[in-house]
Amino acid sequence: MSSFGSILIVARLTLREAIRRRLLWALVGLTVLIVALTWWAFSRIAEVSPVRGSIQELGVSQVLVMLAFMFSFVLAMTAVFAASPAIGPDIENGLLLAVLARPIRRIDVLLGRWLGLASVLVAYALVAGYLELGAVVVATGYLPTDPILAPPYLAAESLVLLTLALVFSTRISSVAGGAIAVVGYGLAWMAGFAGGIGEAFHSDVLRTAGTIGRIVLPSNVLWQGAAAALTPSADVLGGGGLASPELYKFSPFSGVSPSIEWLAWCAIWIVGALAVGAWLLRTREL
Amino acid sequence: MTVPRGEVFGFLGPNGAGKTTSVKLLLGLSAPTSGSGSVLGAPLGDVAARRRVGYLPELFRYQGWMTAREVLGLHCELARLPRADWGREIGDALRLVGLAERADDRTQTFSKGMQQRLGLGVALLGRPELVILDEPTSALDPVGRQDVRRLLAELRDRGTTVFLNSHLLTEVERVCDRVAVVDRGRVVAQLSMAELTADRGVGIRVTGPADASEGIDGRYGRVRREGEWLYADGIADADVPALVAALVARGGEIHAVIPTRQTLEERFLSLLGAAPDSGGPDAGRPDAGEPGAGSPPAGGATG
Repeated sequence: MSSFGSILIVARLTLREAIRRRLLWALVGLTVLIVALTWWAFSRIAEVSPVRGSIQELGVSQVLVMLAFMFSFVLAMTAVFAASPAIGPDIENGLLLAVLARPIRRIDVLLGRWLGLASVLVAYALVAGYLELGAVVVATGYLPTDPILAPPYLAAESLVLLTLALVFSTRISSVAGGAIAVVGYGLAWMAGFAGGIGEAFHSDVLRTAGTIGRIVLPSNVLWQGAAAALTPSADVLGGGGLASPELYKFSPFSGVSPSIEWLAWCAIWIVGALAVGAWLLRTREL
Repeated sequence: MTVPRGEVFGFLGPNGAGKTTSVKLLLGLSAPTSGSGSVLGAPLGDVAARRRVGYLPELFRYQGWMTAREVLGLHCELARLPRADWGREIGDALRLVGLAERADDRTQTFSKGMQQRLGLGVALLGRPELVILDEPTSALDPVGRQDVRRLLAELRDRGTTVFLNSHLLTEVERVCDRVAVVDRGRVVAQLSMAELTADRGVGIRVTGPADASEGIDGRYGRVRREGEWLYADGIADADVPALVAALVARGGEIHAVIPTRQTLEERFLSLLGAAPDSGGPDAGRPDAGEPGAGSPPAGGATG
């Protein structure tokens, strides 16, 4: 059987584990709860809002971006908590000894783990993301600029963090690896925020800091994409009292659609990180 | 060091000698810093060769959320066994290791001994040509150990090569055809059980005149007296009746004539340069018929 066959065996095992350990069911339950709460909350906002029209839509748009940010945080944490114990504990308790004595390579185990966890995470991000957007549309009638793109950006952002935590799990303890990944996520977000301010105020130093942050850990590139996809239209911005969309980029809720080059870098970063993880795992004493 | 095909091979050594490291090298779980080797004709770590190898690690755990049947199914898949054979393989393995009644229980509810039984079942899936067992009886009760001995005998009859890494010298002594002793990463001896037991002799319990055994030496091997027991180490089997006759002729009264041999433990300790608890490395002990199973008679040299 090909190496891809080995990867699929481990990926299926990871999926079964997620189901058996009730991770999948917990995510499904949380999704139902969050979607219901989102629908209820936005219905109430629409009902009690003292303003109507574009101003109300502007308000809804900002709450929606904030909701998306919280959802991206939940996704990031889920990715880190799921991936941090994915490899290391299996080495420490001898589980991998029995597996790797079979005709399977270490890289297959790493990629299989990644594929299995990524499948769960992406499915959760897309299903929950679209359901939440649907709940907002049903409750308020508001549609952001590009609602279709937002959940895929959030899913991709969680994949970056999943990859980071999985690479750490090949060499360091679950707690340490998870903590470093969470701190990295926070720093990347702050660097991206600083870069946004640098763009708005034409500050080279802040712009460079943002760029370096996005190169080291490109999670914020993808968050920016999600935020941009949820940006209100120019009509809403104009009607909301803002002079132009140019001014909106000063808002902490604004985003920038990533260029093809940045998206390519995200893909290269994930592949490169997995290559580093494979090397770390291959050279680790079992 | 070479492990002949179809034999049960014991790999012995003190703690930290490199036994488990050697096993990991054989399976490609560790990379050698120097040197080379082969497993079933393939280089160390060859992925394809691992299809023909079964392995029970010393310290291990299976997925606690899986049942024993599911663990075996996973390893059937990992070992690339034809799917049509899985049911039979899993059933055979469960029966062989005595876990048929717990097949659908999660392994997190298993005791260490049951985990070890399951590990043995996993190692035997697909009738591998080589089975590597790292301390397979360390967590087993006496019944479990007897089961493992029976299992190893079956494997030998089947022509399977078994590489047995164990601290339990009596276990090794009972089941192995050949042993190697490793110390500080180097093989210090490799010998067959026949070579191990070649230095045989007899122990004779003789009473009567104190000088009954005086002057009996040379032609009867190395003769020494310990209390009522007279030991002739290295005596030829054909000379034993003559030795007994000589003792009787000198007024000695013979109460027992028992074959003696050096135990694996004595040989092991002598190879490592450590003194046995009592007697010398060539002290010998009465053999009760089954190799390694006898207990020394009162006054036996090794107690």
